[in-house]
Amino acid sequence: MGLIKDPHGREFSRPDNQLATRPELGKPTIVRAPDGHEGAGFFATKLADAVGLARQNSLWPLPFATSCCGIEFMATMASNYDVARFGMERLSFSPRQSDLLMVMGTIAKKMAPVLRDVYTQMAEPKWVLSMGACASSGGIFDTYSVLQGIDRIIPVDVYIPGCPPRPEQVIDGILKIQALVGEESLRRRYSKEYEHLLKTYKID
Amino acid sequence: MPAFVVKADRDQLVIDQLTAAFGADILSHERIADMLVINTTKNVLHQVAQHCKEQLDFNFLTTMCGMHYSERDTLGLVMHLQSMRKGHRIRLKAEVPLKEPVFPTFTDLWDTANWMEREAWDFFGIQFTGHPNLKRILNMEDFPAFPLRKDYPLEDPTREDKDDSMFGR
Repeated sequence: MGLIKDPHGREFSRPDNQLATRPELGKPTIVRAPDGHEGAGFFATKLADAVGLARQNSLWPLPFATSCCGIEFMATMASNYDVARFGMERLSFSPRQSDLLMVMGTIAKKMAPVLRDVYTQMAEPKWVLSMGACASSGGIFDTYSVLQGIDRIIPVDVYIPGCPPRPEQVIDGILKIQALVGEESLRRRYSKEYEHLLKTYKID
Repeated sequence: MPAFVVKADRDQLVIDQLTAAFGADILSHERIADMLVINTTKNVLHQVAQHCKEQLDFNFLTTMCGMHYSERDTLGLVMHLQSMRKGHRIRLKAEVPLKEPVFPTFTDLWDTANWMEREAWDFFGIQFTGHPNLKRILNMEDFPAFPLRKDYPLEDPTREDKDDSMFGR
């Protein structure tokens, strides 16, 4: 596992296939190349690995921030924590041009169809990150007006616990998403399982 | 100087005028903190409000909300009126039976009443005859209940992850 330091000098891990220093080159590289065969003038690897490498390090997130988790995400975006270090330089506020939906905050039942519309407008492949107790389970708002977890209306890939989670947790969640993205098969979105998943959410 | 002080002479004027005009329909009056509270009936509430606006200079409807008195099966309506010029405010209250919760609309007196009446309809199911657009304002349009009535269970019934034994029940 590669280790990375946050601004306070604390270390946390990130997936092995990602950021690592390559001592043989003498300087750190941003990402490590996937496994493959290398020779004079060529490097051969799986197409899925190459595409995954590109996708995972250039996610365009769509922040769907409705409450205090959104404030924590703003801190995560800003210079102290800086998600741009992970290839998320551009936040997309347009669903068509984004591939990671970050749902941060309480989703009222009246908001649910809006969130669903945003999800269905995103182009495949797309991933969903549910940040905080409210988005993941309704949180303390066990009441008639609040959706008890966004996974009741859209499929979720990674949940971040916390009320609200610290920026380090958000970055950890993003790294987990990146690991999923990097390992995803190119055919997954055409698979029967994926179609079935969307069917259970009545999304076509 | 505080924004609101007890205005005993104005309060007395309101009481005198309203009892003279509406007699037994003014059920009672009392002062809570700095505010005069007039309890009246649903039949004359609109006329009382109109009298307050036109004769007593209450030009502003600060707020209006519903109430549910479950112990006597009635729904109530509470209105806060304010006179900008006189620096005076009062509260009007009336109740209707739960079975027939109907008031006349107050939108003809104050346009502010439009959304407040929609809120009272949304949360308590109080109807306002003559309202131009009486539909839900905060809840989903297909919401099946009036959630602030006391017989409505507050917790979301669709949640499965709660173990009753953890909550002592």
